[in-house]
Amino acid sequence: MKFTLSWLKEHLDTTAGVDEIAETLTDLGLEVEEVVNPSEKLRGFTLGKVLKAEKHPDADRLRVCQVETDQGEKQIICGAPNAREGITVVIAHPGTYIPGIDTTIQVGKIRGVESHGMMCSEREMELSDEHDGIIELPSGAVGESFTDWLAANQPDKIDPVIEIAITPNRQDALGVEGIARDLAARGVGTKIEKPIAPVPGAFPSPINVTIDDDTLDGAPHFTGRLIRGVKNGPSPEWLQKRLKAIGLRPISALVDITNFFTYDRNRPLHVFDADKTHGDLRVHRAKGGEELLALDEKTYTFAPGMMIISGGRAPESIAGVMGGEDSGVTEDTVNVFLESAYWDPVTIARTARALKINSDAKYRFERGVDPEFTLPGLELATQMVLDLCGGEPGEVVSAGAATKTELSFRLDTDRCSSLVGMDIPAATQRETLERLGFTVDEAKTTEMGNQGAVHKWYRPPSWRPDILGEADLVEEVARIASLTNLEPKPMARAQVGVPRPILTTNQRREQAARRTAAALGYNECVTYSFIDQASAALFGGGTDATRVANPISSEMSHMRPALLPGLLQAAARNQARGFSDLALFEVGAAFHGGEPEEQYTLVTGLLIGRTALKDVHGAARDVTLYDAKADAEAVLAALGAPAKAQIFRDTAECWHPGRSGRVALGPKKTLAVFGEIHPKILKAMDVKGPAVGFTVWPAEIPEPRKAGASRGALDISDLQAVERDFAFVLDAGVEAVNVVNAAQGADKVLIEEVRVFDEFIGGALGDGKKSIAITVRIQPREKTLTDAEIDAVAQAVVAKVGKATGGVLRG
Amino acid sequence: MDDLRQKYLTAIGDAADETVLEDLRVAAVGKKGEVSLKMRELGKMTPEERQVAGPKLNALKDEINAALAAKKEALADTALDERLKSEWLDVTLPGQPRRQGTIHPVSQVTEEVTAILADMGFSVAEGPQIEDDWFNFDALNIPDHHPARGEMDTFYMHRDEGDNRLPHVLRTHTSPVQIRAMQKHGAPIRVIAPGRVYRADYDQTHTPMFHQVEGLAIDRDISMANLKWVLEEFFSVFFGTSVKTRFRASHFPFTEPSAEVDIQCSWEGGTVKVGEGEGWLEVLGSGMVHPNVIRAGGIDPDDWQGFAFGMGIDRMAMLKYGIPDLRAFFDSDLRWLRHYGFSALSVPTLHGGL
Repeated sequence: MKFTLSWLKEHLDTTAGVDEIAETLTDLGLEVEEVVNPSEKLRGFTLGKVLKAEKHPDADRLRVCQVETDQGEKQIICGAPNAREGITVVIAHPGTYIPGIDTTIQVGKIRGVESHGMMCSEREMELSDEHDGIIELPSGAVGESFTDWLAANQPDKIDPVIEIAITPNRQDALGVEGIARDLAARGVGTKIEKPIAPVPGAFPSPINVTIDDDTLDGAPHFTGRLIRGVKNGPSPEWLQKRLKAIGLRPISALVDITNFFTYDRNRPLHVFDADKTHGDLRVHRAKGGEELLALDEKTYTFAPGMMIISGGRAPESIAGVMGGEDSGVTEDTVNVFLESAYWDPVTIARTARALKINSDAKYRFERGVDPEFTLPGLELATQMVLDLCGGEPGEVVSAGAATKTELSFRLDTDRCSSLVGMDIPAATQRETLERLGFTVDEAKTTEMGNQGAVHKWYRPPSWRPDILGEADLVEEVARIASLTNLEPKPMARAQVGVPRPILTTNQRREQAARRTAAALGYNECVTYSFIDQASAALFGGGTDATRVANPISSEMSHMRPALLPGLLQAAARNQARGFSDLALFEVGAAFHGGEPEEQYTLVTGLLIGRTALKDVHGAARDVTLYDAKADAEAVLAALGAPAKAQIFRDTAECWHPGRSGRVALGPKKTLAVFGEIHPKILKAMDVKGPAVGFTVWPAEIPEPRKAGASRGALDISDLQAVERDFAFVLDAGVEAVNVVNAAQGADKVLIEEVRVFDEFIGGALGDGKKSIAITVRIQPREKTLTDAEIDAVAQAVVAKVGKATGGVLRG
Repeated sequence: MDDLRQKYLTAIGDAADETVLEDLRVAAVGKKGEVSLKMRELGKMTPEERQVAGPKLNALKDEINAALAAKKEALADTALDERLKSEWLDVTLPGQPRRQGTIHPVSQVTEEVTAILADMGFSVAEGPQIEDDWFNFDALNIPDHHPARGEMDTFYMHRDEGDNRLPHVLRTHTSPVQIRAMQKHGAPIRVIAPGRVYRADYDQTHTPMFHQVEGLAIDRDISMANLKWVLEEFFSVFFGTSVKTRFRASHFPFTEPSAEVDIQCSWEGGTVKVGEGEGWLEVLGSGMVHPNVIRAGGIDPDDWQGFAFGMGIDRMAMLKYGIPDLRAFFDSDLRWLRHYGFSALSVPTLHGGL
């Protein structure tokens, strides 16, 4: 919402300057977005008087002037034809910035003669395009500030334009009058009340108006009148200036009048060319399929139930949203039908949304204009039409009636203190409401007073349909009193004492996973939850269930089914920037469906390229599946996952089928996957491998048993442990885990640990064979073991492994 | 005997290596060494003579043995010094490579916010990002036709034909978590809800996804003045300097009264400094929870009242850590992650600092 200071002053008698007004508006909740104050850039200019003007010795068109200024008599060279003795001019002293020529004036020599300043034209000060000569002022004293002179003599030249943001509840501030009312309630001036005189009709209206019974809920009140014999042409300069100042294009007097009241009183109007409408006007619901070429030169087809205004033959207007092109007024319009109606906000919002129209009228009607100002608005507009275009007014025709709300709410003057925490005297609170137009509901106050309440009940003014409860009254009181006066008050702790931990198990797990991954050398990413369909499809997503209906681009069309695709895209971007070795991770939500509960948290790490940059120690090497596995296990351990999980080979399609594993508690309960990314995916996503990764499902990890903080006793032996190494020759397909488990089972008491320390495939062993070497750590419990006892354990290991895997000791 | 002592101690001192030293040991205190032979002669002495010569000989033997040991160690030290001198490595070569991981600023700031507000009794609530239309709008006092809906640039999820439910939305704010938390826990309640939110907007300063944290406190007598105190405490701890706030009247459908909150800052030299100067920077929206919203949460607004606020986590991170561009948060440029990221071990705590 834009308006000028002078427009505001039509409704507000105030001495406040534009800065004070802007600050107050923001504080009142009418947040100022911009103030354009033309006088800002004219601060340095003062008035001077030309004492003498002589031709420049070396230039025919230049004059050497002696000018009386606030800094004494100055010599100024001037090229303007009107520079002559005796005129009052506007002076820019050296050092003054001239906005129109983007220059700061300096003392200079022009063709050998010194010049100490400049006498300015209107264009040079960006006041107008006038540049035929320098400004000659009809009045003013030497040394007077030019802005002061303008303020006193030509205020419209430096009229500041203020733009405010309107919150959806404050439709009343979409009119300059409403803004003035708020300022007056705060005490920044007094509101100027303008009585509205009804304009008597000179003849019965030849156009009648009806509202269909089934349409009255959407169109409660319609008023209009015919004005005959108008002369439509350009509107007067003051009106054009006002509209231009707020960014509207003047069109013709009749159209400009409707725009004026839209902004002046938040009263949208419509004007029909009465010679182009057909018969009486009927406000009704569309049957469906009717069409109208609207003022925006687009044709709209109506769905059943949409509200339209039709003449005898066809729709003439989309009620409250936009008029029809064919019945619109033109320069040639002679007979005009003026419409002022009240439309139901919800109906307007729905129709406009369905038709995708965004008009000034729709914007205002959907927020709810003042329902009691329909007829007064028509009268005001009639008068202005008569004033600007002449003509003869017909009688008012109307259908329906102004809706009146009977709501009233109790002002509990203690509520401001208990809800907001501001102590405002009861009398001030009541005065505030009354200044805003609230009226005391005496009947209700009396009735409720009998029940022991001492508070007055207030009826909101018709222009404030947003007031719907007691809290709204408190808000008005606090707002006008200014929330800047709010003093902070400590909030008591919910419980006495040291705050207890508040994170849930899963929240702690997310933090632990994040910090663990970072400690393992991964860089945390936050990638978009959106992803393109093709990438989503590679990871089992990309279906309609997770499709965004109105994505901002095709790159962001679906909700991600996993974190890997986003990380792979991030990796591709980094590779394109020349970073080929990457360790990226993300902790976040992925979506396996489009319902709110179909979201789960994942921790995904991605390793690409080598473990480090090429280095002097030769330590860097390609990342492998086992890096991903170790990191997955580290994250799982940090989250409290049980150490004994099984590894299954059946992983999703995005993983290398032979080089990936699933860490699970039983076949269904997956805690994590790790492995090489499938080469087809790397190709599709333009990532240079090798690439391995892991994903952990933190919520799948069983809740820790609530056993308190105790760790249990430490069970260690003082007796020295013995380690024995074994190498088994096995079929290549046998998994190491089977060897380890078998060895472990050989003596559950004495064998403390079994580690794989070597794997060798093929070679002298022959095709299809491999060797796995393990270290078995034997921990005596009660007494030092004899060689024979140790040999017995070793025998058992060989036997168990042999039985379980077919492995034989390597010779 | 003094001659003997002098002879061997001098020789030991002059010994050049361990072989010479061993020869000297054999010659002096070996089985047939000079000192040992002398000790053998003790038996032939009279008791009186023995009483004088015995201790003297023993002392001499001990002294020679000690001198031998000391010299042996000195020789070993010299040899070690020689060896170490030859074992020179270029210590200016880089150490073994080790990856340095980082925590994203959004995570760090979320933990910072959580640490501060947890101390004031707020726990962390969560809710879905694909949200039911009712939770995102209606429950928050934003009915179907409300203009605020149009202004939110909402993302809608696809609906299959024949499924006549309203389409789900990508939550436009973290506020629906207020409703879910109230429904789950009732009153009194103090929760924050950090998380991703979505709006269909992409330009210099907007991304279609960003992060918010919601705060909600409902009790019998919580007022807007308490909100102001909570926020000023929060900002002061968060920015590590005393921060004043300014409340300005505003409107949000879910609060009444509503206020935009500015924090004190200066703008010198093109950078924002929070907690000093005369300027004000708008950072969050807040207010007293609307009775309709409390009711939607299953709580009786006649008995309970409280405040809610919502602010941008990314925005807070930008302000605190001087990060200029929001869009870069989600680009995962390695250089950005390394520069603006945090070490794994810098866990924000109130006692250690944020």
